[in-house]
Amino acid sequence: MDFGVEQVTVEIDGKAVLDDVTLSVPRGAVTAVVGGDGAGKSTLLRCLVGLRTPVRGVVHRPSKTQLGYMPSTSGTWLELSVAENMSFVGRAYGIEPQVCARRIGALLQQGGLAAAVDRRAGDLSGGMRQKLGFCMALLHEPQLLVLDEPSTGVDAVSRVELWRMIAQAAARGAAVVMATTYLDEAERASSILALDRGRSLLAGEPAAVLASMQGAIVEADQPSTMTWRRAGTFHEWVPDRALAGERRAVTPDLEDLVITELLRVRSGATGTP
Amino acid sequence: MISLAAKDDVLARTSRATRRFGSFTAVQDVSIEVGPGEIVGLLGANGAGKTTLMRLMLGLLPVSSGSVSVFGGPPSRRTRARLGYVPQGLGLYMDLTVAENLRFYAAAFGVESSPADLPDGLAEAHDSLVGQIGLGRQRQLAFACALSHHPSLVVLDEPTSGVDPLARSALWDQVHDQTDRGVGVILTTHYLEEAHQCDRLVIMAAGKVVARGTLTEITRGQRTARVRCESWASAFNALTAAGMPVTLSGRQVRVPGAPREQVLRVLRTSGVDAEVDEMSATLEETMTMIRA
Repeated sequence: MDFGVEQVTVEIDGKAVLDDVTLSVPRGAVTAVVGGDGAGKSTLLRCLVGLRTPVRGVVHRPSKTQLGYMPSTSGTWLELSVAENMSFVGRAYGIEPQVCARRIGALLQQGGLAAAVDRRAGDLSGGMRQKLGFCMALLHEPQLLVLDEPSTGVDAVSRVELWRMIAQAAARGAAVVMATTYLDEAERASSILALDRGRSLLAGEPAAVLASMQGAIVEADQPSTMTWRRAGTFHEWVPDRALAGERRAVTPDLEDLVITELLRVRSGATGTP
Repeated sequence: MISLAAKDDVLARTSRATRRFGSFTAVQDVSIEVGPGEIVGLLGANGAGKTTLMRLMLGLLPVSSGSVSVFGGPPSRRTRARLGYVPQGLGLYMDLTVAENLRFYAAAFGVESSPADLPDGLAEAHDSLVGQIGLGRQRQLAFACALSHHPSLVVLDEPTSGVDPLARSALWDQVHDQTDRGVGVILTTHYLEEAHQCDRLVIMAAGKVVARGTLTEITRGQRTARVRCESWASAFNALTAAGMPVTLSGRQVRVPGAPREQVLRVLRTSGVDAEVDEMSATLEETMTMIRA
């Protein structure tokens, strides 16, 4: 394992908010941690960067100077300008001034922030502020880049730009891990870990995770407690395609699969779909 | 049940609506309609003017020019009484309980609140403080509050942001329950998967409408080049260096709007061995091209 956590459990006030979770974050790839509010994504990433200490388990991370972390609040100083935020981070890491200036120029250019260098971070739109936070986490070219929901609340077009920069960091060899609530975004990562209430729900390469699903997803005529809505129709998981009779089978995506797992876990059913 | 706009088949309409803030034009010449029983999805970048447009329809802001008509007249307290609105920030009181929030909203609209208005998962949390129930249930409560007075038109600003797919699915059930009863819905989302749930889409950029129609109409004819090769990183770096709008999907590199031959040429020049084919662009890719 390059970086990551092995079988970690984190407790807050005696309650496990992360329960026996393993995540591998290899170099040169983007790994996505998905889940809703309260799933444990932030706790997992904070544990990985050393802001939380697990009660059990092992954490693999590089030295602090090789670690880049962007918290879900973007980590920018709202009262400082874009340029000031960047140069502050540069000095904190002791980057040689000329190298630092060159990197700042290149990053702000890529992030579409070049025209906003003198604007206060507090005056930026949500999408621009997230991109600034990302540039700050990347400035010292860390081996491990940890991004907590960089794209939440960011519009679709800015999300494409942000994703391009994230992919570029991985293409240069960094180990990148990002938390997201968007499953279509997670589907683009090399591997995913889906969390629910602190536990691992699904893990692996998106294609492999989808291929390993047992049973089938079929269209349902009417809604029930075990169906969910997709586009103009309802989907339902059946343990065996033969049980669905004439109903049309659909090619499941990650959203279908995660919902299937969530329904199974929430209804307390045993066995694997 | 309140009779919906029976004569005119439109619940709300903006006609060349424009809204300026000082020298900044947030909404420019926007004409849209929302009819009974339909879901209109408003898409676009942060700052494109979506929220301002919604606020014009709600009567929270006046237009600088053009006009807004809701239920056949200008926005007023009377039209607001038939509108349901869930703002991005939810508009809930975090230090009141679930039941107290519901009662407050019902009182503001002069209707009786009933716990029967609450979905199952929320009814259990009846006496919990809203600040302690988690975002998924907070969003459900904001819906229940906005719907407690049985509005004819519902306005939702990023209704599903930040919640898990099961909670999102439950919220969409609530949206469709409304349209099944003839209520019109206009909403914004950054989650383009949800565009599939909308009957019509309106895409805004820099205050203007840049595309409109069904999902199929908007993406029709838009193409993207898909690159498959051993080392995605080398293809990605080569195409980025050539200034192309590259995206990554798993280990596939995609270049929206780029002709296959051009992508092949760049890769060959850089010594990257790859297969390239062209396919239909996704809505997300289409949006990057519309803006460009």
